[in-house]
Amino acid sequence: MDSRAQTLTSTGIPTGKVGVWWFLASEITVFGGLIASYIVVRLGSSGWSEAAAHLNFSLGLANTFVLLTSSLTMVLAFAAVEDKDPKRLGTYLGLTVLLGLAFLIIKAFEYTGEIAAGFTPAAGIFWSFYYGMTGLHALHVLAGVITNVILSIAAIGKVLRPNEHRVELAGLYWHFVDIVWIFLFPLLYLT
Amino acid sequence: MSEELSFWRTYVFSTDHKTIAKQYLSLGLFWALVGGLTAYLMRWQLAYPDTEVPGWGFIAPDFYNMLVTMHGTIMVFFVAMPILLASFGNFLIPLMIGSRDMAFPRLNMLSFWVFSLASLTLLISFFVPGGAASAGWTGYPPLSAKAAYTGVNWGLNLWILALALEFASFLMGGVNFLTTTINLRAPGMTFFRLPLIVWMQITAAVLFMLSVGPLIAGAVMLLMDRVLGTTFYLPEGGGEPLLWQHLFWFFGHPEVYVILLPGLGIVLEIMPVFSRKPIFGYRPIIYSTIAAGMLSFIVWAHHQFLSGMDPRLAMPFSITTIIISVPFALIVFAMIATLWRASISFPPPMLFALGTLSIFILGGLTGIFNGSAPVDIYIHDTYFVVAHFHYTLFSATFFAGFAGLYFWFPKMFGRMMNEPLGKMHFWLTFIFFNAGFVPMHFVGLGGMMRRIANPMQYEFLQPLQPINTFITIASVLLLLSQIPFVVNFLWSLMRGQVAERNPWQANTLEWSAASPPPHGNFETVPAVYRSPYEYSSPEAAEDWLPQDRPLASPAAARQ
Repeated sequence: MDSRAQTLTSTGIPTGKVGVWWFLASEITVFGGLIASYIVVRLGSSGWSEAAAHLNFSLGLANTFVLLTSSLTMVLAFAAVEDKDPKRLGTYLGLTVLLGLAFLIIKAFEYTGEIAAGFTPAAGIFWSFYYGMTGLHALHVLAGVITNVILSIAAIGKVLRPNEHRVELAGLYWHFVDIVWIFLFPLLYLT
Repeated sequence: MSEELSFWRTYVFSTDHKTIAKQYLSLGLFWALVGGLTAYLMRWQLAYPDTEVPGWGFIAPDFYNMLVTMHGTIMVFFVAMPILLASFGNFLIPLMIGSRDMAFPRLNMLSFWVFSLASLTLLISFFVPGGAASAGWTGYPPLSAKAAYTGVNWGLNLWILALALEFASFLMGGVNFLTTTINLRAPGMTFFRLPLIVWMQITAAVLFMLSVGPLIAGAVMLLMDRVLGTTFYLPEGGGEPLLWQHLFWFFGHPEVYVILLPGLGIVLEIMPVFSRKPIFGYRPIIYSTIAAGMLSFIVWAHHQFLSGMDPRLAMPFSITTIIISVPFALIVFAMIATLWRASISFPPPMLFALGTLSIFILGGLTGIFNGSAPVDIYIHDTYFVVAHFHYTLFSATFFAGFAGLYFWFPKMFGRMMNEPLGKMHFWLTFIFFNAGFVPMHFVGLGGMMRRIANPMQYEFLQPLQPINTFITIASVLLLLSQIPFVVNFLWSLMRGQVAERNPWQANTLEWSAASPPPHGNFETVPAVYRSPYEYSSPEAAEDWLPQDRPLASPAAARQ
């Protein structure tokens, strides 16, 4: 199969990276559309800050730190690839997975508290956006966690060797998910 | 050089871009049949309201709503997109740029199977309790946001799911198209030696990928409104129904060009071959394509002049809409200039290409009426609009689609299609299309609204009924005119004359591969020496000069 695959890259940029960047470009417009909708509806209605005051600010802040730290471990995993250190690669990928899971668990804890207090998705327009935006983001975190789990298993099983550039590609996606949260946190928690 | 692959890997779970193209083509043609059936049922009901449709039965008003919705959804998302973009794009891009396959062959396979899943979901939605979606192909809330408003619950949820899967599939396809064209070009194949259809396909891919995101977000919101009880689009909960229209048309208008550009690309490939002349204005066409693509992001609200949006927005959007006709006019003039004083021959692909051009011109002209807010206030939501977008989209999807099929059939399947049958197919389609859709403009100007199930209920529409009947007869004949194509396609597939490598004596790289090309496409990756449309060049002995043929003369070395 590989014998007939073309390995040339006309531009010199690795083909996988070109693909991931185009994928991220379209992802930006998904969250861009969501955030633009939020802004438009927010400008046209009132009562948002009272609703937002019911969010658990400290848990949201904690989650921001969790996600930022996970971006750091992801970079360290990539550095381990550059240093050709498979053991460190496995460790940092594993840490990134754990931090991603921690984010999801804290988020689930937050959701439970809010729903128990009566703030369901049907509780008003702020809550519609809150659950819509954080929910879609959480799905992206989950996707990143799954990707990183697959990479960690391959790294631990020492079969990642020919495809180590995938760590960088997964990292691009993971940082994107992180950056989206950096936008969502002030829009929802600090409004 | 190709090792033996099992039946499943060769025909079903194939990673070969050509097989995937044929898979998309088959599904697209299947959906075209379903879409044609919905058109037949609607037209019968409009001409002879509340009578039994031959071969079907009576059509209730809510069933008519479903027909309108599904006709639009099927034709745009499940016929035009898979055939023009996925099928022709998949088949042609690697062959034309001199690559052995797509950049990500397994992603390509996944994209097709996600599209199949979308097709299956849409098919199932016809048979769930309550029937299929019936809130219009644009799915405007509040109508679409609560099951109680249309009486359709699962049908509409599945409709959203089917569209979401389709978008995911075409996003994967778009990543593949772009990455392949950027990185897998053969040596010497610079961006300004790419055939125009490749430019059109990648522009369409960029437009799709950058416009669909907000609608994906919008679709998530709509599904949440329906399933979780959120109020994004429901005014009683602080939501905004108009928001959906903005999200939908921010995608919906670029989507028009996502369909149109590959169609124009097909025409631009065919015209020089059967004119034996270089394309007129190769680079201006590319610049126009890019300009039109960028403009298409700022015209969307011309669909919403009467939606209740701020009326001060009408004039800016009118202006951008009319400006976008400039690049398209340039492309059309370039086509006409290519034909000017050429030695034209008229096999079926050329006939369909010329048909696309003439019909698209009429559709473009009526677009100027729709785009001007003052005129649109009068014709909004009437059959004038229906006639307009059938002139643009029918020409792109069917005329250009057929042109492409007749042209590349020998490359796809290794056999020629029958020419007399093809010509008959063209003339019948051309005559009955115009017979049906020209009068539709007048019905619209007479005030007939889109989406109504029974025009006879309105006194002011009753005098128009003879025209409606005439349109229906023409439409039924238009559908029957496709029989020669079906016969020709199936017969040629098995019994057609075996095709040589380059039956049309064309220049682009796909014609230097075998017919059909094997897995891996080329014996050796071709080297490219020149631009794709060098017909009747004084430097060559014949009147064509393939992109990969080296010339020893000093004149050629200058290229």
